[in-house]
Amino acid sequence: MATTTTVTPGASNATGATRMAGTPRRLAWQIGEVAESIPDTPRTKSLFLEVPDWNGHRAGQHVDVRLTAEDGYQAERSYSIASAPESGRIELLVERLDDGEVSPYLTEELRAGDGLELRGPIGGWFAWDANEGGPLLLLAGGSGIAPLMAMVRHRKAAGSDAPVRLLYSSRSYEEVIFREELEALAAEDEALEVIQTLTRSAPEGWQGYDRRIDQAMLKDVAFPPQERPLAFVCGPTPLVETAATALVGLGHDPARIKTERFGPTGG
Amino acid sequence: MDEQRLDGNAAAGVLAEIFTFEITTARAACVHCGSSGEVGAQLAYISEIGTVVRCASCDGVLIRVVRQDEGPQRYWLDLKGIEYLQIQERP
Repeated sequence: MATTTTVTPGASNATGATRMAGTPRRLAWQIGEVAESIPDTPRTKSLFLEVPDWNGHRAGQHVDVRLTAEDGYQAERSYSIASAPESGRIELLVERLDDGEVSPYLTEELRAGDGLELRGPIGGWFAWDANEGGPLLLLAGGSGIAPLMAMVRHRKAAGSDAPVRLLYSSRSYEEVIFREELEALAAEDEALEVIQTLTRSAPEGWQGYDRRIDQAMLKDVAFPPQERPLAFVCGPTPLVETAATALVGLGHDPARIKTERFGPTGG
Repeated sequence: MDEQRLDGNAAAGVLAEIFTFEITTARAACVHCGSSGEVGAQLAYISEIGTVVRCASCDGVLIRVVRQDEGPQRYWLDLKGIEYLQIQERP
């Protein structure tokens, strides 16, 4: 589908933006401007957005992005915010899905200076604030790293020393998103451990895991249940459900496991 | 788009068009099984037709919301699966 954004800054629009004077503000669409679009891996890009009317967000929250075609057809998708609340710009991590309606436009067509219609922040449940402390157990699959990256970055920006273990599953070494930044963060911080698993191909001499996340891996990696880690799991639905079930099986409190499923479609 | 199982948190966008409080951290008590939990921790099924939030314990329907975009915007909101909502400000 050929999708273009036809957006007019400041214009009111139908969904959620209509607001009578004196009524509390509900979620409204607004226009962000693309400051930069930077490839992370062969299939993903980081979009850095300036959003003039941004009220701030919490690490883990998402935004809805809306594209409007010339014929009025609209497509909406949710993207997690990868940037820390302390960052001035909003970073969205977008994975290009070849048959997607939205992600090919965001990754291939959108340029610096373009407007992008979005609303947020959304979803206070899957969020972590540094003052909640830890230990923090972060489990990510693929582009599910985005909201967890916001937490890792927020923790550093807030000067938190909460212990963190991030177990990150990618298909191959080339597809590890934020790889260099994660390696640098882990190298400078003893309380932050980054454990990787590569599910399809691993480079020669690979020291990490080379299979999908399972209960045995989580037994090794996760904090003991007695330490009551707060767990955030984000990625494709099968990974999320496997990991959450395994954590409960290991004795972790279900009330301290928060999940964000990507679902089988989207894009 | 086929209906897909997501987290209650994924319904936050459409619900935030309606509610001014953060609904994903509100606790909902299920009329079907009596369990209660945060809305974000329930299951959401989102399709072109609308959004259904189901109880993570018994799969009973908690919330149904449908939005009509053509003409004057309207919402149909069905909350009869919720016995009560406990809404809490962030500390």
